[in-house]
Amino acid sequence: MKKDNFKKKAGLLAHHLRPAASAFALGISAAILATLLRTLFTQIIRFTVDTVLLGETGALPAFLSGRNAGMLLTLACTAAAVVALLEFAVGFVQDSSLPKGSERFVKSLRDALYTHIQRLPYSWHVQNPTGDIVQRCTSDVEKVRSFIADQVLELMSTIFLIAVYMGVMFSMNVRISLVAMAFVPVIIAYSVIFFGKIAKHFTEADEAEGELSTVVQENLTGVRVVRAFGRERDELKKFREKNKKYTDIWLRVGAMMSNFWTLGDLLSMSQVLCVIVLGVHMCVSGEITLGTYLAFVSYTRQLTWPVRSLGRVITEMSKVGVSLDRLLYILESGEEVRPAAPQSADLRGEIRFEHVSFAYEEKPVLRDVSFTVPGGSTLGILGETGSGKSTVALLLARLYDPDAGRITIGGVDVRDMDQQTLRRGVGVVLQEPFLFSRTLSENIAIAREGATQEQIEQAAQDACLTHAISEFKDGFDTVVGERGVTLSGGQKQRTAIARTLLTGAPVMVFDDALSAVDAKTDEAIRTHLREAAGDATLILIAHRVSTLMQADHIIVLEDGRIVEQGTHAELLRRGGTYARVAAMQSGTGEEVSARG
Amino acid sequence: MAEHDNKKASFSLRPWRKLWPVLRQRRWPLIGAIASNLVLAVTDFYLPLLQAEVVDAFILAGTLAGLGNYVMRYLLIIATELIALRLYFASCMRLEMLSGHDLRETCFVNLQKLSLDYYNVTSAGHSLSRTMSDTDRIASMIAWVFPDIIWGFAYILGVFAVMARMSFSLAMTLILLAPVVTLLTVYFQRRLIALNREVRAQHSRITAGYNEGIMGAKTSKTMALEDRLTREFEETTGKAARAGILHGRMRAIYVPLIVCCGAMAASATLYRGGRMVLSGTLSIGVLSAFTTYALSLFQTFRQQANRISQMISQQACVERVADLITEVPTVRDSKEVEARYGDCFHPKMENWEEMCGEVDFDDVSFHYVEGGEEVLSHFNLHVPAGATVAIVGETGAGKSTLVNLVCRFFEPTGGRVLIDGRDVRERSQLWLHSHIGYVLQEPHLFSGTIRENIRYGRPDATDEEVEAAARAVSADRIAAKLPKGYETDVGECGDKLSTGEKQLISFARAVIARPKIFVLDEATSSVDTRTEQMIQQATHTLMSTTTSFVIAHRLSTIRQADVILVIDHGKIVEQGTHESLLAQRGAYYELYTTQLSAQERG
Repeated sequence: MKKDNFKKKAGLLAHHLRPAASAFALGISAAILATLLRTLFTQIIRFTVDTVLLGETGALPAFLSGRNAGMLLTLACTAAAVVALLEFAVGFVQDSSLPKGSERFVKSLRDALYTHIQRLPYSWHVQNPTGDIVQRCTSDVEKVRSFIADQVLELMSTIFLIAVYMGVMFSMNVRISLVAMAFVPVIIAYSVIFFGKIAKHFTEADEAEGELSTVVQENLTGVRVVRAFGRERDELKKFREKNKKYTDIWLRVGAMMSNFWTLGDLLSMSQVLCVIVLGVHMCVSGEITLGTYLAFVSYTRQLTWPVRSLGRVITEMSKVGVSLDRLLYILESGEEVRPAAPQSADLRGEIRFEHVSFAYEEKPVLRDVSFTVPGGSTLGILGETGSGKSTVALLLARLYDPDAGRITIGGVDVRDMDQQTLRRGVGVVLQEPFLFSRTLSENIAIAREGATQEQIEQAAQDACLTHAISEFKDGFDTVVGERGVTLSGGQKQRTAIARTLLTGAPVMVFDDALSAVDAKTDEAIRTHLREAAGDATLILIAHRVSTLMQADHIIVLEDGRIVEQGTHAELLRRGGTYARVAAMQSGTGEEVSARG
Repeated sequence: MAEHDNKKASFSLRPWRKLWPVLRQRRWPLIGAIASNLVLAVTDFYLPLLQAEVVDAFILAGTLAGLGNYVMRYLLIIATELIALRLYFASCMRLEMLSGHDLRETCFVNLQKLSLDYYNVTSAGHSLSRTMSDTDRIASMIAWVFPDIIWGFAYILGVFAVMARMSFSLAMTLILLAPVVTLLTVYFQRRLIALNREVRAQHSRITAGYNEGIMGAKTSKTMALEDRLTREFEETTGKAARAGILHGRMRAIYVPLIVCCGAMAASATLYRGGRMVLSGTLSIGVLSAFTTYALSLFQTFRQQANRISQMISQQACVERVADLITEVPTVRDSKEVEARYGDCFHPKMENWEEMCGEVDFDDVSFHYVEGGEEVLSHFNLHVPAGATVAIVGETGAGKSTLVNLVCRFFEPTGGRVLIDGRDVRERSQLWLHSHIGYVLQEPHLFSGTIRENIRYGRPDATDEEVEAAARAVSADRIAAKLPKGYETDVGECGDKLSTGEKQLISFARAVIARPKIFVLDEATSSVDTRTEQMIQQATHTLMSTTTSFVIAHRLSTIRQADVILVIDHGKIVEQGTHESLLAQRGAYYELYTTQLSAQERG
């Protein structure tokens, strides 16, 4: 099971690494070459000291022997300069390829997440809190990116560095290499233990930061409540408590970190000192040359930093597993199933609900609901919160599938149609519509590419939005959601209505889409709606009688069942639920409140 | 956000100066950090010298005499460095944490004082990121970047001084390279800062894209917009990738170039120094110290440039925090009032008078924006204690204005608002607010239990009082349904409850406050008819004894009000009782008939 999971994670990484493979391969090769060049540079200095300056010509290759020292010095320094230039070229390839690889990798991962999220079924979006999903797509992706781009590469290059240096050092002298290398495992082990221990404090700090952030956020969003009740003191007290907790955790972590770094420094400085003392002894006894000695000191110093950060990298790496799990959760959720051979249907035709039942999380929402809406007519659905009235809209657009019964449009089961075609044909306006952060024009035209400004303005007019828009400084070009320009609930709803009207969809469903609009505007929209919708079939869902009363036919839902149906006049005459709600809402219902 | 500000990449001390009163409280860790860093700079440029010493003293001399002494000196340096390092880390950590703590608190305290006009134009997210992430960045800059810049200069100067002392002519080789490297650095850093800004801008676009794609998913599914949004998102990620690659490429020239400069400098040193060694004017030990310096010197240049450009790129965030903590509230208590009644954090309740709840508008004029349209002009109204004022009108007609003035969220631009016969400005805001019960259209709860949320209205209320308040508005039903009852956690901002449930709890919260002034701001528009009826019955008693302001766009609620104000386009167009207004056959009559008799017409 666990191994299986590991395979999945590796598979996920491998898949998105594919577009980055060539860039990474180039970058890593360059990184290897760079390490070799660095070693070579140190070796040239060693050669210069031993052969040129100290005149130990014994080790000279044949073609150089007999040249004078000045000549050799020029040669060595030219070689060093050439190596430096090569280092530059290789460094350029390395530093430009690696970001390229990591950008390609992260683009592939981001696109895959986004595409998949778009294709996940409606129910998934209802069940999963948006904040959490956004968090996964941003910070968890960032963690995976840094794992690939920084940690894996750093780990690889450090290991390679240690290997190369070890090889070179051992080839120069075994005894001193053993001393120089003895510290490497000690430092790595020390860092791994430390970072492992401190990891849980990081989690604590993260949680404390979350709590602090929540206090501030709630204080800011609830500013009117805080002020109106004069609760500033208590808010400050709450804030201080969390702020102190967060700061204290970090102070503790900080103290641990200072000890760690100081001790780490002690280790690496002692390492250099050991190499010096031993090196001096060996030099004086003639076991190694001065150049070799200098090379050893140089290598030891160059190893210090990478080795020390290795511990951090290893611990950081272990954290990426959690992030990958969180991403896999999204990517492994099942996408909507699209029918293999979709049928086309006349969406202007009759809509039928035949014995439809639906339960949400095992709670029955609709029970055996049947009704028919003739093409081009208007249906009203009345119900209180929780009566199941919104579910009707979601089932019709096939955002959910019924548990029993079937829904047809123009005689074709909605499950046999292509979802995209169906949903473009069934325009649903939600009670809490989402507006995109672009201009009002673009928001209205979003579902109909290529709409003219005239058409957009007409739709706004039909949704009684023109007046509100004219009050914004930038009119139709006002960007929604930017600082200062936030739309009221009613304005959002009307924008959503305009957006759906503009599509000219053959079926339009308004799910309590006027709940936040005042009575006068509500009426104005309603009177226009039938005309603006053309010959579309309309379904109006509401808990307000006034919204529905002009419909050709009205059904009343209670606890997921149809309890009454008929026209406004018929239902009023009947004196049932509908009439009671109507009386309550008109405020002429003193006798009602006495009863209820 | 920094990404959106197109500020010039230049450094200015002005906003830093505004932060100084906060930061100076932590000057000791700052001094500690700088002092220890200077010691570290000395040990850092002294160490290569010490290491080079062995070449001449022991290896070339062929003797071990004095090695023990040398090791002792080396250990002394190690000890010094370790002590300085420990002090440095501890100071920086404390400096970062404590100044972050102070900055956050200063922001938060000022946010509690700022008036609602600030909140009307500033999103909560914006203030949140100033208080949390901007302060964090500033603190880490003060603690780690600023002392390191001082270290960098000290180190570079120290190295040059040491080299010049050892061999002036050889030092010149390196010193001459310094201006070249400086010029290169300035050239590249400018471009890197600009490219980096682009990278961050693209990043915030990606986050915005996710926000849209996820929060708007339900809407985009109902409209079949998935493919279009995916296409647009892929464009955004493409742009982000290109920006990242471009930035990487620029860095890929700059960083190896500096490394190359270091290696070239080392080669040049080796060549010139080598000649000097051959001619006997320089020792090999000194030469090896020089090559070490050459290799590390230009790395330090690069790091130094990096630190300075960090300071520059964080300039915008310093400015944002400085603006927030120096922003002055438009509504504030006078010195005399504060002396007598205390401020919002230190109330002097012993001096507080009882409130009766009589409200007067005395020749009040008001406009929201300087030079904007007057929404009230020379308005007069006497509201006796216990009376109910209803305010009706269309959405966005400015119905909240009167309430904003009574609550002193805003102050009149002309005339006075009187409570119990005295100008509201003669007493503290906290005094006023402690006597108000407020229910908003969109209920807002705080994390915590149901009990804690109700008690928010009056912190010293007993458990029995909390439950009694809940019963009074039928909110006890919510608690009864839940396994943990009143101890149920409502989640962040009350997210675990439905809007209707949140609204009932916010009613209970207002009731328990035992307000003298009760404000219902379209409080029932988000609940269904049945709940609305329940609330009306519950609040009936409270409203009959308390001065109440009821804002509504549904008229059924307000017929019993003592006075009804009809607002249109921000102006009061009619005023009177239900009957008298109906008799007038004006705007109220029209509103009333559209809304109510529409059903009969249908």
